Amino acid sequence: MIKVFIADDEEPARERLKELLGDIAAELPTSVVGEARNGLETLERLPGSGAELLLLDIQMPGMGGLEVARHLGSLPEPPTVVFVTAHDRHAVDAFELNALDYLLKPVRAERLAAALKKASVPDRERLAKAAQSAREYISVSERNRIVLVPVREIIFLRAEQKYVTLRTRNREHLIEEPLVSLEREFAASFIRIHRNCLVARAAIRGFERGADGDDEPHWVVVLDGLEEKLPVSRRQWPALRELVAEK
Amino acid sequence: MEARLQALQARIRPHFLFNSLNAVLSLIRRDPKRAERALEDLADVFRTLMSEPRQFVRLADEISLLERYAGIEQLRLGERLRITWELDTAPIDALLPPLVLQPLLENAVFHGVEPGTGAGEVLVRIERRGDRVLARIENPYVADQQRRVGNRMALENIRERLALFFDAEARIDTSADGLRYRVEIEMPYRSEGA
Repeated sequence: MIKVFIADDEEPARERLKELLGDIAAELPTSVVGEARNGLETLERLPGSGAELLLLDIQMPGMGGLEVARHLGSLPEPPTVVFVTAHDRHAVDAFELNALDYLLKPVRAERLAAALKKASVPDRERLAKAAQSAREYISVSERNRIVLVPVREIIFLRAEQKYVTLRTRNREHLIEEPLVSLEREFAASFIRIHRNCLVARAAIRGFERGADGDDEPHWVVVLDGLEEKLPVSRRQWPALRELVAEK
Repeated sequence: MEARLQALQARIRPHFLFNSLNAVLSLIRRDPKRAERALEDLADVFRTLMSEPRQFVRLADEISLLERYAGIEQLRLGERLRITWELDTAPIDALLPPLVLQPLLENAVFHGVEPGTGAGEVLVRIERRGDRVLARIENPYVADQQRRVGNRMALENIRERLALFFDAEARIDTSADGLRYRVEIEMPYRSEGA
């Protein structure tokens, strides 16, 4: 018996999937352990539901299916995922290209059965490539729960050995994503100030001369909302100086 | 001229077709009567969309298209879609280019209701003021850059077709106040009798 969770913003679409699961039950027994009407609801409800498989609509309000799938990756035991979409040429192209499983609505019973049988946990890198835009949240797994940190609340991201520290005004979290890929994804809102550090453009209040006893003078970033000042590497300084001119 | 009209005539989003078919499929076992009605509505909507391009239709026809289209969306979105109709003084014999209002309602649903997690209020108001016809469609304003692009294309398309039919006598304006997004059309009242 596969435990299935259904995420779709349209009630008739969820009903239809349940009907189809009923139709193929003799061949493939399933039980529906939860439902959600949007992305955030999915991330709230799925972790405690015991779901092994997620039927995930791509176009949902609040947070779309692609971003949901990326956050599920931070669970200790993420469910396998089958994406469902009505017609989204861009999504379908991206899926084909990155070998992600998907079903087209209206879904046929045979196709559903086949997809459930070969479903797999989606590959993080493939998901990242299929995504059409930067995430709005970064997920942090806490026990069997997904904590979402809104990207607009992040002040800086700093690589420390194996982890990246994610700093907001009130807290810090550790995430296991390489700084380079974060830099690529959030290029519009973050800027690199040092080999190991990205800062939110919006959080930069200004620059000061570093006041320690080093031989070489250097600059530090003064942040909005945090006392801590971050060193700027000499290599990044020219790009940052231009930013100062813009401000 | 005709080729131009045809090229300009608004096309419905495939997303709408497939989601609607899916919604109808979900009804066939639970509520076959309602499924029948929904398919009839869908057939009417597509008949209009695929018909030979006409230069003008009666407002009554455009309103009935709006209602059929809304019926299908209602089925799909349920409580999330709340449409208020203010049509009491709509001059149903007025002539206008086809598919001027339906794409606006479709936009209102697509941009204003679907991206929201709660209920979205849409207003459709059509009235006559002297020798002018005024139509207004309002929806919740949702800041969503990607979706807005398609909206501008539909508006340009309608603006061009209004200009082909009414010359400079019609206008279409949009406004947003942070909470609501509004499209208003003002056009001359012309009827077949006149």
